[in-house]
Amino acid sequence: MAAAGRRDAPEAPDFGILKRLARDQLIYLLEQLPGKKDLFIEADLMSPLDRIANVSILKQHEVDKLYKVETRPAPSASDQFCFLVRPRIRTMRYIADIVNADKMSGRSRKYKIIFSPQKMSPATSGPSTCSPWMRTSSAWSCPSSSATTSCLPRALVVLQEGDHRWINSVARALQLLNSLYGPFGRAYGIGRCAKMSYELWRDLEEESEGDGQGRKPEIGSIFLMDRDTDYVTALCSQVVYEGLVDDTFRIKCGSVDFGPDVTSSDKSIKVLLNAQDKVFSQIRNEHFSSVFGFLSQKSRNLQAQYDRRRGMDIKQMKNFVSQELKGLKQEHRLLSLHIGACESIMKKKTKQDFQEMIKAEHSLLEGFDIRESTSFIEEHIDRQVSPIESLRLMCLLSITENGLVPKDYRSLKTQYLQSYGPEHLLTFHNLKRIGLLTEQAAGETLTAVESRVSKLVTDRAAGKITDAFNSLARKSNFRAISKKLGLIPRLDGEYDLKMPRDMAYVFSGAYVPLSCKIIEQVLERRGWQGLEEVLRLLNGHEFSVSDSTAEDGAAAEAQRVVLAVFLGGCTFSEIAALRFLGKERGCKFIFLTTAITNSARVMEAMSEARA
Amino acid sequence: MSRARADEEEYWHSSKFRAFTFDDEDDELSQLKESKQAVNSLRDIVDDDDDDLERVSWSGEPVGSISWSIKETVSSSASSLEGRDSSLQKGSSSYAAFPKQVSSYSLSSLFRGRNKLPSFQSLSDALSDTGVKNYAPELRRPKAEYKDYSNDWSPKDTVRRMQRGKVLIFLKRTLRREILFRELEVRQVALCHLIHFLKETGEQKLLLDLLRFLDRTEEVALSQYREHLNIQDVEKRREFLKGCIGLPFSAEDTSHIQDHYTLLERQIIIEANDRHLEMSGQSEIFRKYPRKASILNMPLVTTLFYSCFYHYTEAEGTFSSPTNLKKTFKIPDKQYVLTALAARAKLRAWGDVDALFTTKNWLGYTKKKAPIGFHRVVEILQRNNAPVQVLQEYVCLVEDVETRLSLATKYKCHDVVIETYKDLKDRIQLTAYKCKVERGSAEEEKINSILNNMQIRWKN
Repeated sequence: MAAAGRRDAPEAPDFGILKRLARDQLIYLLEQLPGKKDLFIEADLMSPLDRIANVSILKQHEVDKLYKVETRPAPSASDQFCFLVRPRIRTMRYIADIVNADKMSGRSRKYKIIFSPQKMSPATSGPSTCSPWMRTSSAWSCPSSSATTSCLPRALVVLQEGDHRWINSVARALQLLNSLYGPFGRAYGIGRCAKMSYELWRDLEEESEGDGQGRKPEIGSIFLMDRDTDYVTALCSQVVYEGLVDDTFRIKCGSVDFGPDVTSSDKSIKVLLNAQDKVFSQIRNEHFSSVFGFLSQKSRNLQAQYDRRRGMDIKQMKNFVSQELKGLKQEHRLLSLHIGACESIMKKKTKQDFQEMIKAEHSLLEGFDIRESTSFIEEHIDRQVSPIESLRLMCLLSITENGLVPKDYRSLKTQYLQSYGPEHLLTFHNLKRIGLLTEQAAGETLTAVESRVSKLVTDRAAGKITDAFNSLARKSNFRAISKKLGLIPRLDGEYDLKMPRDMAYVFSGAYVPLSCKIIEQVLERRGWQGLEEVLRLLNGHEFSVSDSTAEDGAAAEAQRVVLAVFLGGCTFSEIAALRFLGKERGCKFIFLTTAITNSARVMEAMSEARA
Repeated sequence: MSRARADEEEYWHSSKFRAFTFDDEDDELSQLKESKQAVNSLRDIVDDDDDDLERVSWSGEPVGSISWSIKETVSSSASSLEGRDSSLQKGSSSYAAFPKQVSSYSLSSLFRGRNKLPSFQSLSDALSDTGVKNYAPELRRPKAEYKDYSNDWSPKDTVRRMQRGKVLIFLKRTLRREILFRELEVRQVALCHLIHFLKETGEQKLLLDLLRFLDRTEEVALSQYREHLNIQDVEKRREFLKGCIGLPFSAEDTSHIQDHYTLLERQIIIEANDRHLEMSGQSEIFRKYPRKASILNMPLVTTLFYSCFYHYTEAEGTFSSPTNLKKTFKIPDKQYVLTALAARAKLRAWGDVDALFTTKNWLGYTKKKAPIGFHRVVEILQRNNAPVQVLQEYVCLVEDVETRLSLATKYKCHDVVIETYKDLKDRIQLTAYKCKVERGSAEEEKINSILNNMQIRWKN
């Protein structure tokens, strides 16, 4: 509901600079290898690259042919090769093979490797043994920025795998943003990786002896959120439009491939989804149910505008054609595309019992009818419906219930292996290690322990008991956290999704995303005071630092700009929820994340695929 | 549910909370259809001269984008590539083994910087060649002048060292394994990094040694088991899995591995048999429904489906019979029924479907029972285009009246709808339903006769 005297959200700083910077850096690196050259690009760098450069820019800097880095070696006749790759051992071997093959056949060429986001130590160790001619080059990072999202390469859940190399990339991104738009007045964060990134960034700042003095800060505060803190939200089915599009078609670097079923023609179209798309920008954050109404309103308006043609005289017609027609046509295209997408989503969702699934999901979140949900999951597995969905539901059950009852764990695991293949034994091991899918310790019914603890919240001893539990194995404590923060909205009557009253609308009014709730609370309190209990349940690693000089220097407008950094991925639902919060509170959220994620991506990262 | 207090209970049940539904009969969808029609009707006006619009921003991949251009190069050079790729790939993974020089440094002494024991070379001497620059640059950092890192392997510092130092890799190359392992054991973060690194580079042997040293036996076992994924040949894979059974898994996992082995063993037998049968053309079922893929390496349930499809009537003694599979792998009833149902429904063998749910009690009466809800049965049958007569039989077994009614209406099982309304004594609904059945049909007659029946006490 609109708060009285609501301030308008401030404008976001100009992020076009980031794009220009990245492009300039790329050009600089390309020019370091003067003359005609062939460029080899790794597959997952192509989309980000498209966002900052195009072929004509590459040609201007003497790139002759473009190749994709793949298993097949290149047949090129060029004297100079330039590689644009991720720092991965596999890719390094590919390059080394090319170099060695050249060496064997007595060809001499010049090679240059550009790493994105940066050179990483293990990666360079490969080829250094292979060729004396190899010239390894400096880093190139590509923040592909749209109005509000800067997409760093996807670190996915790698962070939790004990591989902390990506933290450096995050710290450097923060350094860059700080130098362009900072200094940030306040920094908050929670989670181990968040803290590490923050500290590393501070160290970088110290070393570089910041030259940002006297600039006008454009970003008031930053919040670092570790995915580790909230897996639940990432595992939920998304129901805001952009989230649904991502779940259904997979948005890659801000663009999506709409197949023939959407375009109602025989070809697929790649569509850039951003604020420039006038239709999309108005529905991206809406709950799916409001989208239909909007689209039909829009198409009626469009019809009316076209109808105005009738009864125009020649001059008016000329005006109409020269001024309005183009815009109308474009709008028409966009409308039919998004209507097609909606239809396709509906078709897929009705086919896969989405209704029932959402119901099961909501009961899991609310802690209601657990038995029923468990048998729903079981049946889902038995019917061999999507392995990723089954896994997701099991994880959701495990996190919300602090682990599965041993009997259920065994039986679900056995049935999963029988339905989807025995090699998923490895998947279960991965999930257990990360704590996404665990088994309650025998004899310990956690709900009992939990209720005992929550009765004694004020009691210090109780705190110690749960600490002891925490140290044994990481517990999600979701139920207790949810109670403390009021994540399950209590309301009388129907939740009006068209007039959302809180962030819960992104999950049909059934659940306020934990990550966003934490951000809201901390921003409101300007720190963690009063959230001690929640922190204990979340396992801590929080920080809150304020830089008073920067804070005083910032204009009131800038103070209301918040940079939300998600380490390990951020979902479109969370983005929508925070944008909603921003509208309510008159502040602007800017998002920086290692990757846009969703439940399927998280699960796939954990899943052990068949070779 | 103990903690659901009474008022909570009431709250949840009384709540009118009705979120948006993904049912296809929603008003919203019809709205969508309308807008689609509206937009489509405009198409004629719009589509005549839109060439200049192709390049407008919404099309994300205009001619000239990088991805587009790469596709072009690939397709143009693909033909010339075919002959060349095999020769180059072979020599690829010759990963040079680094000479492990014997060293008596401990890790701590490396990080201490200036060595305190006189008998050893000082660190700066030992590392003064180019290696320092490449592998451990912070050791020559002017600012920190050989800081003593040995006591503060905090995660943050480790990250930094991983980033810029490459220390671990240097150590891995230079230190003897035992020393490296021993030093890492007390530094968990660094250890994590090394394990991750070894996984990425595929240095399986060293990884296993490390895990063994750390006594992480289960991880050793899993890591070895993972290797089966890289074995393409089925016979070899089977042999390998056989070897995996003895690995130190938990008791539970051991049985899973055992099952994996048994399953593959079965599949090999079934595959050999069936391929022969199919080739010879003797078996009718294989002629009618040729196999689309081999059964090798498929999950158990898929195998069960396969055997319910091709070998349903076989005696329990044969390896390929469904009952044998069910017994061997202790497949739960629920899973078995679901799979068998799907397979028999696909073949439209309605008799078998019927038999699947029919049980006889001790008095000889037959009764239909299912370990899964009958609404599920109906759904599976419907998906396999079962005729209304068959569907009807199962729709009326759905216990929940609401679900039964909605299913019956959806699939046009008129008799069930009529009977249900009759049981509910709901005259209004029954009268309303009359317009949904065909004029002059037997159903209409039935409705009329029920409505005229004076014996029924209608509730409305």
